[in-house]
Amino acid sequence: MSAAERILSRAVNEITSGSIVNLGIGLPTQVIHYLPDDFDVQIHSENGILGAWKQSAPEAMDPFLIDAAGAYVSLREGASLFDSAVSFAIIRRARLDLTMIGAFEVDAHGNLANWKIPGKFSPGIGGAMELAQKTKRIVVLTTHTDKQGRPKILKNCRLPLTAQTCVNRIISDLAVMDVTAQGLVVREKLVQISDADLQAQTEAELTFATREAES
Amino acid sequence: MKKNQTLEKAIAAIPSGAVVMVGGFGNPGTPFSLINELVRQGQTDLTLIKNDANESGHGVSRLIENGQVRKLITTHIGLNKRVIDLMNQGVIEIQFHPQGMLAEKIRTAGAGSFGFLTDIGIDSEITRPEDLLDWQGQTYKVEMALSADYALIHAAQADWLGNLLYRGSAINFSPLMAMAANHVIVETPDLGAPGRFKPEQVHTPGAFIDSVVPLESLTSDYGILEHHVRR
Repeated sequence: MSAAERILSRAVNEITSGSIVNLGIGLPTQVIHYLPDDFDVQIHSENGILGAWKQSAPEAMDPFLIDAAGAYVSLREGASLFDSAVSFAIIRRARLDLTMIGAFEVDAHGNLANWKIPGKFSPGIGGAMELAQKTKRIVVLTTHTDKQGRPKILKNCRLPLTAQTCVNRIISDLAVMDVTAQGLVVREKLVQISDADLQAQTEAELTFATREAES
Repeated sequence: MKKNQTLEKAIAAIPSGAVVMVGGFGNPGTPFSLINELVRQGQTDLTLIKNDANESGHGVSRLIENGQVRKLITTHIGLNKRVIDLMNQGVIEIQFHPQGMLAEKIRTAGAGSFGFLTDIGIDSEITRPEDLLDWQGQTYKVEMALSADYALIHAAQADWLGNLLYRGSAINFSPLMAMAANHVIVETPDLGAPGRFKPEQVHTPGAFIDSVVPLESLTSDYGILEHHVRR
C-alpha cells in the first residue's frame, strides 16, 4: 500500500453510520471511494451538496456536478442542492458530525495550518476556517513528514493558523494520534515502526497507547 | 419587459474599472461565454469577486492572465498555480475570505443590509483589531456587506423576464450575486417565454435581473475537464 492508501483505508473507519461528513480538498475527498456502496452517510460538499456520492461512469457524468476539489460526483437518493450561504449555514450551525481535512502543519495543541505558506503556496482559506472552527469532530489526514522529510506534526504550528485547538485526531501514513490535554497520544501504528523511530519523525512529543499494525 | 440582450451589447455595458461579481464554483456556474466576451472587448482595471480563479486558461483565469484584472476577491485559488504565481509576483492583488463569509457578505448586500457579526476567523491573522466589536459582554468580528457594480451569472434555464433556474452544483454563489450587484447580466442556453416555470420553483426572481443573453449552445468550456475524471 502507498502512503496515501494507508491513510485513506484507515480514515474511512472514522465515518460512523448515520452521520453527516465533509471531506476537504486533497486526500479527504478520496475517502468517498473507500465507503461501501450501501453505507448510511450523507457527504456534504461546501459548494452546495448534501448527499454527494461516488463519480459516475463517464457516459453518466454531469459536468455541472463537482465536489469542492473539482472532481465530478454523483448524487445519492435524498440528496439536496443549495447555494453557498445555505451550505455554510449548515457548517456554522454545527450540523456536520465530522470533517476530514488536510494540513500543512498540525500541532500538539490541535492547532491547524492549511491555508497560507507566505510567498510560496497560498491556496487560500476556502471553507477551512468555518469547517475547522464549527464541526463537532475534526480529523486531519496528512503524511507524517513533508516531501523533504521534515515533520509536519509539530510542537507549535509556525504557519498562519486556520483555527486554534480544533483538531481531535490525526491520521498519518504511519500512525493514528489523538490530541489530548496531555498532548498527542498514539493510538495505532499503521506500519511496523518502533516508538523511537516514530518519535524521530515527529516534532511534537508523543505518548504511546498503541496496538500494533495488523500485518 | 423583455430583457433579452445580445452578448456584445450586454458586456459592452461594463466599463473599465468596474467591480464585477462572477458566479461559479470551479467550472459549474461559471458564465464562460460572458467572460470570453469580456476578454474579447478588453475592459481593464477590473475588480473581480469570485469564489475561485477557475483553472489556468479557463474562465476568469483568462481575464487575469490577459492583464485585465487589478484585484481578485476570492476564497481559494489552490487549483490555479498560474494565478498563485501572479499573486506572488505582485502582478495581481488577491484578497482571501473564508468561503462562507464571502457568501454571507454578498447575501447581506443582496438583502439590503450593511453587515453582520461573526466569530469566524476571529483569532486568526485575517482579523484586525479594528474589525472587533464588544457588545453586551461578548466580542464579535464585524463583517461588512459586499456589493458590486455588475454580476455575471450562468443559469440553466431562464425566461425573458429574468426568472432563473440553476442546476447541479452550479447554484453556489449565483443567486446571492444576482441579488448583490447593481446590474445583473445572465447567460443561458435555454431561454423561453414567461409561464414555462412553476412559480414556486423559480430560484432567482426576475426583479434582480437586467439582461438575459441567450446562448445558441454550450462551448467545450462547459464540458468535462478530463483531469477531474477518476481513472
